[in-house]
Amino acid sequence: MAVPGTDHEQPAAEAQRLGERLREMTRTRTFLIATLIVILALMYLFGALSGAGSRLMSLTAWGLMLGGVIALGSIGLTLVYGVMKFPNFSHGALVTLGAYVTYTVLPLLPDGPTLSPLSFGYEFLVAMVVAMPVVGAVAIALDRAVYRRLRRTGSHLVLFAMASLAMAFFLRSLIYLIWGPDFHFYYPGQPNPAFRLPLNIRVQGDQVFILVMAFVFVAGVSALLEWTKMGKAMRATADNPDLAGVRGINTERVIAWTWGLGGALAACGGVMYGLSSQLRPEMGFWLLLPMFAATIMGGIGNPYGALIAALIIGISHQVSTSFLDPTYGPAVAFVLMVITLLIRPQGLLGRDGG
Amino acid sequence: MSQVIFIKGLMLGIALAFILPILLPPGRPWRVPGGIVLGLATGLILAALIPGGYLSYVISFLIMASIYGLLSLGLNTQWGYTGHLNFGVAGFFAVGAFTSALMTIEAPTGVAAQYTQVLFGLEMPFLVGVATAAVVSGVVALIVAVPVLRLRMDFLAIATIGVAEIIRLIFQNERWLANGPQPLRGIPQPARCLFESEGCAWLPEGMAWIIEPLTTRDYSAFYLIVVAAFLALLYLIIERACRSPWGRMLRAVRDDEASAAMNGKHVTYARVQSFVVGAVVMGIAGALYAHYTVAIDYSHFHALFATFIVWIMLMLGGSGNHRGAILGAIIIWAVWSGTSFIASGLEPVLAAIHEELPGRAQYIRWLLVSLLLAGIVLFRPQGVLREEMRVSNYLRKDGGSRDG
Repeated sequence: MAVPGTDHEQPAAEAQRLGERLREMTRTRTFLIATLIVILALMYLFGALSGAGSRLMSLTAWGLMLGGVIALGSIGLTLVYGVMKFPNFSHGALVTLGAYVTYTVLPLLPDGPTLSPLSFGYEFLVAMVVAMPVVGAVAIALDRAVYRRLRRTGSHLVLFAMASLAMAFFLRSLIYLIWGPDFHFYYPGQPNPAFRLPLNIRVQGDQVFILVMAFVFVAGVSALLEWTKMGKAMRATADNPDLAGVRGINTERVIAWTWGLGGALAACGGVMYGLSSQLRPEMGFWLLLPMFAATIMGGIGNPYGALIAALIIGISHQVSTSFLDPTYGPAVAFVLMVITLLIRPQGLLGRDGG
Repeated sequence: MSQVIFIKGLMLGIALAFILPILLPPGRPWRVPGGIVLGLATGLILAALIPGGYLSYVISFLIMASIYGLLSLGLNTQWGYTGHLNFGVAGFFAVGAFTSALMTIEAPTGVAAQYTQVLFGLEMPFLVGVATAAVVSGVVALIVAVPVLRLRMDFLAIATIGVAEIIRLIFQNERWLANGPQPLRGIPQPARCLFESEGCAWLPEGMAWIIEPLTTRDYSAFYLIVVAAFLALLYLIIERACRSPWGRMLRAVRDDEASAAMNGKHVTYARVQSFVVGAVVMGIAGALYAHYTVAIDYSHFHALFATFIVWIMLMLGGSGNHRGAILGAIIIWAVWSGTSFIASGLEPVLAAIHEELPGRAQYIRWLLVSLLLAGIVLFRPQGVLREEMRVSNYLRKDGGSRDG
């Protein structure tokens, strides 16, 4: 059989075509959504089977709240990832920094009345608003000191990732040095009443506040990207920095704004995370994997996508605790992320072909 | 020179005779004999000059540096030669350590079983433990590689961080597997009986007097020989493999996948192979670490601690150069050990700034090391020793054949 006959090639080609057709079918957004729904349904089933049926509704509600925290962290990450095109591993450290700066500013402000049903007063919001530009400035400073040099030499993406890992450790050790390894609370010992919703769900006012804030920020950032001049410049820089430069966009300025905004949003996420649990130097690293998962699942550079993905991740994280050890939370987020990457690397809301 | 000092010096010298030939410049005929002579001489001189306490510090330094050298070597196969951005070194390190520990420890019985739970304890010999660690680590890498290696480079970095984190979480939570959050203690050390008063059963009668004067405190000098031998052996194997057509294929895949595929190389297999080979080396490093520290727990394998420092070592030494990888490991481990003196030296200064700061001096070490990595990335990304782009030993630099 020196010359392969055409009869032999025919079935092989058909099998190839079938494989390609299958691949095309599985690479769609619909298939990704269907897979995620099936996974969530399986999780609920496992939860019900392991005897947590009555708690599942509460877990879902808490999952939404946790999703809010993850979403707040991911908006900044997705923005930076979209414009700068490298995974910023120091974002977790920026989240932690925001939480701690707020913790430092808080006692300097006069105590206001507690905003019932929330557990904090106006001074907390003021402290957060102070911390946001501080962390944004830190992010810009890091960009000036490190990433801009790498951009100038046209370095490979890997060096950016390594540098961001180095900066993550730099910030982390600074945080350890300044605030120490102990746990902190914004309002130690303050009662945080939960109110009861139908279906025996208990949520705290703070949690609802976090979720609302996530929605507001996502809408705000999306509006910024859609309608403002700076947002348009950001999208142009993300698409093609050289072309944006040719069209008269000062890309360095756009990048600085992106870092500033990303840092400020990271701070906000950290403050909300600190409010819902406690402050510890590792908090940002714990949140890093869920944040990356949300960013990738939602489609890099897409705030709405990050929000939706964060809510999915939050819910599956909480529901999984009904049959898994709670510390496996990051693992759940990770598995969802890998599934997304295998099915549709551009994520839920990403554009086709990207 | 007393007998104790001489034997210790000899053991240190043998270990150095394994390590030094790696570090000397390649391509010279005197590299191996010169390294061996130099190593033996350095060992004896060090033992004669340095008091005992400092000598054990030197020995434990060299053990950890060699273990990190192995990790760096494994990472170099993955990153330096094939371009896998593996940020999950700690995961394979942990798998190797726990596997070897489980293979060699004695399964606890009676009251001890309430405090220490293990899946199994097989009481196998040390080498079986190391071999199993290599195999299991390779299998884990294979399982991970199938879905993950297809990903884009930045996604691969995120995914491997996740893999390492999950492996750590498993060892942290699953009590039945390897005693969960509690440390797994009592990992046996190879030939430790040589240094105990009753001696080894298998040792011939006439040999016992040689090591008679040594006590269990001197055991680490012997273990250094074991670790150094592993380092030399694996370096030799990996260096050979990477100089063979296999290594050239890996570089081709790294530099230009399309043209490698066009030349008939199976790109996916090549990528998976190098990932698994790297993980096997990391698993062996984990096994050696477990038998060195005797007690391990999940916190030793913090996703970023074990990974981050290995990356600095490789970046400093020079990715794509195995000699550089090992040199980087030794340099960075020296810097890391040195920063502890800086940190303790800075304590009075810190105390002047704030009363709580001296207690946090150890974090200054991380600060300095992270700045070091940033400096390497910014100013010398190719490392101390560049990658050698030489294709064959038999080609001169100008491209002509050595034989003329």
